[in-house]
Amino acid sequence: MGVDKIDLKKIKNGKANQIVFSETLEKLASKDRDIIVVTSDSRGSGKLVSFGENYPQQIVEVGIAEQNLVGVAAGLASAGKKTFAISPACFLTARALEQIKNDVCYSDNPVILVGISAGVSYGALGTTHHSLHDFAALRAFNNIIIVAPADNFETEQVVRLAATSKKPIYMRYGKKQMPLLNENNTSFELGKGRVISEGQDLTIIANGETVYPAYLATKKLEIEKGLKVTVVSMHTIKPLDTALIKKLASNGKPILTVEEHMVNGGLGEACASYLMQNGFTNPFKIMGIPDEYTVTGSQIEIFNHYGLSEEGIYNACIALNDRQNNTN
Amino acid sequence: MTEKALKLKSVFLRKQILKYIYSAKAGHTGGSLSCIDILNVLYNSVLNVDPNDFKNSTRDRYIQSKGHCVEALFVTLADRGFFPESALETLCRYQSHYIGHPTRKINGVEQNTGALGHGLSISVGEAIAAKLDQKSHRIFTLLGDGELAEGSNWEAFLSASHYKLDNLYAILDYNKQQITGNNSEVMNMNSIKDKLESFGWAVREIDGHNLIQLETNLNSGSFRKGKPNFVIAHTIKGKGVSYMEGNLKWHHGVPSPDQYALALNELNEAEALI
Repeated sequence: MGVDKIDLKKIKNGKANQIVFSETLEKLASKDRDIIVVTSDSRGSGKLVSFGENYPQQIVEVGIAEQNLVGVAAGLASAGKKTFAISPACFLTARALEQIKNDVCYSDNPVILVGISAGVSYGALGTTHHSLHDFAALRAFNNIIIVAPADNFETEQVVRLAATSKKPIYMRYGKKQMPLLNENNTSFELGKGRVISEGQDLTIIANGETVYPAYLATKKLEIEKGLKVTVVSMHTIKPLDTALIKKLASNGKPILTVEEHMVNGGLGEACASYLMQNGFTNPFKIMGIPDEYTVTGSQIEIFNHYGLSEEGIYNACIALNDRQNNTN
Repeated sequence: MTEKALKLKSVFLRKQILKYIYSAKAGHTGGSLSCIDILNVLYNSVLNVDPNDFKNSTRDRYIQSKGHCVEALFVTLADRGFFPESALETLCRYQSHYIGHPTRKINGVEQNTGALGHGLSISVGEAIAAKLDQKSHRIFTLLGDGELAEGSNWEAFLSASHYKLDNLYAILDYNKQQITGNNSEVMNMNSIKDKLESFGWAVREIDGHNLIQLETNLNSGSFRKGKPNFVIAHTIKGKGVSYMEGNLKWHHGVPSPDQYALALNELNEAEALI
C-alpha cells in the first residue's frame, strides 16, 4: 500500500490545530465562567469569533496592544480567572516579552499564553510575522511550560490541561490542517514526549508541524532503505522529557531533531545540552531554520527550502545513518 | 485615624525609610520620601486589607507600579503588622526576600514589580475581574511620573477607560523629577491632566503631602460613574529632609552618618511641632 494514500486519508480526518484549540476552549468555557480569553484584535485569526458571540462575558479585547494584553491577563489570572491570552506568536513573545518575564513567570500569575500562527505559518508575510525565537526566548525564563502540539489530539489535551494549570504555560501552533498522527491515543502528559512510531535504527525528535513530515520520511526510509526509525513528538520543550531522551539515546544510534524554529536555542539545542552533559555521543543533528535572513515564500516553500520536509528529513536521516556506519 | 495621628505616622515612616536605607546602604530615598504620605493614607485610612488574612478575595488591591520605591511600601507594611519589622534588617541582604523591589514572597505585596510601565495593566486586569464577579473592592495603583514615558501605560489608560473601570484608582506620585533630571527636560509630560482627561479618565489634582486631601479624595468613591479615577498627587522628591528636597542626588542616595543624624534631627523637630 502506498504511503501517500494512507496519509491523505489521515489528513482528511484532521483539522487545523487552531480550530481544535477554539472548539475545545468553547466547550470548557460553557461549563466554567472563570475561563476568560484576552485578545489583541486577534479573535478572527485565533478562530474565536464564535467564542466571542457565545460567551461575550468571557472575552476581553484590548486592541492591538500586546504588552497590555499580557499585563491585563496577568491581573485577571491573579484574580483567579483561568486566563488565555491569545495573539500571533511573533508579537506575543517579542513585543510583550518583558510582561511575560515579569508579570507572568516571575510573578507566578498562571496565564496561558497562546501563540497563534507560529513559526513561519504566515509565510510570505515575512520575518515581522514569523516566530522563530519563541522557544529560545522563553526557555530562558524560569517558571513556564512551553508546548508545541503536533496534531489535533495533542492540541485538545494541552488546552484541557492548561485550563487547570497553576503554572504559566506558553503554547504555540500553526494554521495548517494537521493529520492525526496516531490512532491509539490513550494518555497525554505535559513534559512527557509522545512516541509516534518505534524503530531501532535512528530517532527523530520533533515538535509542532514538523512531526508530520518527519513521520512521512520514516515511512519512506522503511520502504526504501529498510531503516526503522523512532519518531517522538516532543510537544513539551520545557520541561524536557530527559528520561525519554536518555532511553532513546542509550542504543547509541543517531538522533535527529526537527523544529519550526531557528536552530539556536530551541528543541534541538535543549536535547543537545542534555545529551552532551550526560555523556551521550550519538551522531546528532539539529534541523530548523538556520541563522540567516529567512527565505521568502509560503510556509511549505520555506519548509522545503530548509529541508523541513519529507524529502529533506529523509536525506538528513540517511546522512546521519552513514555517519553512524562510518564511525563504526 | 485622626489628622494628628496620620501626621505623626508620616514622620515615623519617613524615619523608618531612612533607617533602613542607611542600614542597607541602598534604596530609592527621594522617591520613597515623596510617596510615603500617599502610602500612609492608603494603608491607615483607605485600604480594606487585613494583615492576618491578606489573601481574602474581598480585599482592596494596592499595586505599586513604581516598584523601586519599595522602602516606602516595606516600612508601611511592617508598621501595619504584615510582617515583623526585624525582617527589614535583611533589606537587600543575601538570600533576603526583602529585595530592592516588591515581591509576592512578602505578606502584603500584591504583585511583583520593578520594571516600569507594568503595574497599570495588571491593575486593569484585576479591575475587569472585579467587575465580572460583581465585587466591590477597589484597585489602587501608584505610578511614577518618569514611568509615564513607557508606552505600555498608555495602552493601559486606553483599556481602563474602554472598560469603564471606575473601581480603578491610579495615583501619580508627581514629584516632577527622575534619575537624569526634571521630567520636563527628560521627556515632557505636560499636561498630564489634559492627556488623561482626553483618554477618558476622571482626574483630580491634589497636594500629595496633604494627608486630609489624600484621605478625602481616595475615600470619596468613584469620581465619575463609568470612568477610571486618576489622582495627580503633587509631591516633592526627598520631602521631609531639607537637604534632600528637590535634589536629584538623592534619587538613590544613601546618607552618610552625619547626614543621617541631620535628617533625624529635622524629622524629630517636625514631630515635636505636630
